[in-house]
Amino acid sequence: MLTASRKRSGVLPGFGLTLGFTLLYLSLLVLIPLAGLPIRSTSMGWEAFWQTVSDPRVTSSYRLTMTTSFLAACINGLFGLIVAWVLVRYRFPGRRFVDAAIDLPFALPTAVAGITLTTLYAPNGWLGRPLAKLGIPVVFTPSGITIALIFIGSPFVIRTLQPVIQDLDVELEEAATSLGAGRWQVIRRVILPYLFPAWLTGVALAFARAIGEYGSVVFIAGNMPMRTEITPLLIVTKLEQYDYAGATAVALVLLVMSFALLLMINLLQGWTERRIAH
Amino acid sequence: MSIEVRNLTKTFGSFTALRDVSFTVTSGELVALLGPSGSGKTTLLRTIAGLEAPDAGSVLFDGDDATERSPKDRRVGFVFQHYALFRHMTVFENVAFGLRVRPRAERPSDGEIRRKVDELLALVQLEYLGDRYPAQLSGGQRQRVALARALAVEPRALLLDEPFGALDAKVRQELRRWLRRLHGQIHLTSVFVTHDQEEALELANRVVVMNDGTIEQDGTPEEVVEHPATPFVMNFVGNVNMFHGRVQAGKALLGPLALQYPAHESAEARSASGYTRPHEIEITRSEDGSGLWATVSDVRRTGAIVKMELSDERGGLIQVELGRDQFDRLHPSTGERVYLKPKRVRVFMHE
Amino acid sequence: MTTTAAPGVSATRGHVIIPSKVRRLTEPSIVRFVLTGMALAFLMLFLAVPLTAVFVEALSRGLAAYVAAMAEPFTIAALRLTLITTAIAVPANLVFGLCAAWVIGKFQFRGRHVLTTLIDLPFAVSPVIAGLVFVLLFGRQGFFGPWLAEHGVRIIFAVPGIVLATVFVSLPFIAREVIPVMEASGAQEEEAARVLGAGGLQTFFRVTLPNIKWGVLYGVILCSARAIGEFGAVSVVSGHIRGLTNTLPLHVEILYNEYQFQAAFAVASILTCLALVTLVAKTIAERRLHT
Repeated sequence: MLTASRKRSGVLPGFGLTLGFTLLYLSLLVLIPLAGLPIRSTSMGWEAFWQTVSDPRVTSSYRLTMTTSFLAACINGLFGLIVAWVLVRYRFPGRRFVDAAIDLPFALPTAVAGITLTTLYAPNGWLGRPLAKLGIPVVFTPSGITIALIFIGSPFVIRTLQPVIQDLDVELEEAATSLGAGRWQVIRRVILPYLFPAWLTGVALAFARAIGEYGSVVFIAGNMPMRTEITPLLIVTKLEQYDYAGATAVALVLLVMSFALLLMINLLQGWTERRIAH
Repeated sequence: MSIEVRNLTKTFGSFTALRDVSFTVTSGELVALLGPSGSGKTTLLRTIAGLEAPDAGSVLFDGDDATERSPKDRRVGFVFQHYALFRHMTVFENVAFGLRVRPRAERPSDGEIRRKVDELLALVQLEYLGDRYPAQLSGGQRQRVALARALAVEPRALLLDEPFGALDAKVRQELRRWLRRLHGQIHLTSVFVTHDQEEALELANRVVVMNDGTIEQDGTPEEVVEHPATPFVMNFVGNVNMFHGRVQAGKALLGPLALQYPAHESAEARSASGYTRPHEIEITRSEDGSGLWATVSDVRRTGAIVKMELSDERGGLIQVELGRDQFDRLHPSTGERVYLKPKRVRVFMHE
Repeated sequence: MTTTAAPGVSATRGHVIIPSKVRRLTEPSIVRFVLTGMALAFLMLFLAVPLTAVFVEALSRGLAAYVAAMAEPFTIAALRLTLITTAIAVPANLVFGLCAAWVIGKFQFRGRHVLTTLIDLPFAVSPVIAGLVFVLLFGRQGFFGPWLAEHGVRIIFAVPGIVLATVFVSLPFIAREVIPVMEASGAQEEEAARVLGAGGLQTFFRVTLPNIKWGVLYGVILCSARAIGEFGAVSVVSGHIRGLTNTLPLHVEILYNEYQFQAAFAVASILTCLALVTLVAKTIAERRLHT
């Protein structure tokens, strides 16, 4: 599969060595361990596999994981667009500081995020108390899970959109304006369609991250089977009960969903590059 | 050092950059590889430097086979088209690089390196810019740093890839003169690649014209200009007017032109084309036989010469260049019918 | 709806929001004001408030309790394990990242795009699954489990497992930052070095590395942050043995689950400070990278 036709240069050294090391490292640490998952699943037989993943507790965890992840990705899609636009296009004091802080969810350990959000939204917490008074419980409900997922997914849309907005040629807007388009028309017909592929990529990335998220969610979710038990947590629970086969089956389905998303993101990026290149 | 290239072939995927190319550079020569982009000239230069490995054929330095030698061991200086200066090093360090990376036993002392680099910087007239970074230099200055860097390792030959390609016209002229002087001083075997025929003719002792991975002609600038070997060279080296037609029984009938053509006495008709350069056409008002009438459609004065465009009886475009004096004597006006007399037509039979 | 404001006019009205000097086309100031407000409110709610809460909770019982929580032997042990893990995972992934970036950035070969995608794979895998795959390999019921048990080697519920899981989740960070920088710097400078007589390693250390160093640093920062903070994957393979297989994030979890909230937040505050340092270092590296 990997044959060297060194088009770029015939003299740079180390092709074989670095390629060999890269493949070896990647295989030993990622590819072979991951391959264990489907292999292990096949050994349990189709019937047992199906029984495990169609168990109501499992399916409800898939449903919960998917809906909360999707909801969080959508909310991040909306606010991410606004934040990215404001950060690139408007000037206000502290803009650079805010810009640097965007990546906090990437830098902060998920467990810290998890206990902090739980404390904040608990019925006696800073944000939980006013919400409780309005009769809105957050902690140990799907809304709590969604909040945690919004937190950890928030940088994706912003960071994907920022460079694209930066590169957006002012002349494009000027051209549209000179052709008689109003500001809203310029935004709706020129800017948003231009940003769409990048935006969708960002949302997909946030979604993909949310599906597999564990640390920030376990604390706030409450982990009640059928109600607030997300799939990654279910895997851990099964493992703790030494149900390796069950954990593997549940994980395989989750992995397939993640890979489907990864594939979609790759296709999206290819599509974006082709569109921008012309 | 002499360089000999034997039967070089190089392909990149489905693209053939060099097809069985052979030629020789004798010691001390300044040779131009001239051709359009994609003609294989840069690949040829990079193969000589060892930056590309040929699919077949060999490269010989002073008669020794160097095909398998790594670029590191070839001791040739290479000046890249975009200079490839090390961005994170000062001018001084760029020039010193080749000396500093030598094995410890062969490495000159710091003092020696300093002396050597200063000498080279003086040679390229940049002695005061040693502490600058490449980004702080103009294009022409970068070019000279690249040259000094290549010379620092005392190469046995100098290879330059489009050395003036990225510079503006005036700096180009200056650097061209300067490079010719430098070559006069150090007599280093040099090969440079260019797509600019004027540059090749002005600078080189010998010009190798390349097209589509093969050598079209290898000769002195005069030979290339006066005796182009192929229609391609004719076309590429200067403007031409072209007339299509045939040759038969010692005659060439090329559109409006009828000429003697003793090279083909056979009765068999062969298709052929005739080429004549704009300055090889005379304009008169009086007809004296083998007529070629044309109408003046455009006249442009560009300094010492006047460029005219005319259309012949069939509407074909003919370019003519006259000296200013000559033009003023005749003074043809736009729309006037005049008589054209090619002083010289080169005929090439088609294969 | 109005469209064009004359150059600079709206900039002088004394609003908080000032459009950039060059841009003449923008939204009406009220729209800009509302959008900026929404953006800042969102960030306040999701970034500033949680950040503040960590330190407020950590200090809720005074400085003495805070220091006591930090100085606790299990906290120290957890900190040490986290540092050891990071000190193994980051250099390993650095070597890998440089190799991968060299081969992908400087050479053309078939399968290059596939390789790039494979390197990103750990990003698409849930951390829990990242831990699980190593349990399946090395756990008691795993492929190598019986063999390992026979030879008395422990990987799962021991430090090697924690290192493996950490390497897995932080693997792509350096490679994916360095690949584009390596690609962008092209091969010409390396070729020039070769023609000037430099050897392979000389070329790499004297020419390539100085050109990509900010990209490398950026990747190392991101990789370290992930390695220090990883929770899910490590949690699956750790076994949570206090003082032995507990990393800082796992220690936070244990303390929290034992209702020692203040201590949990005190330990969390160390991690938060590390995160803030990461952000600052990252911002600096990023600026250098783009100039």
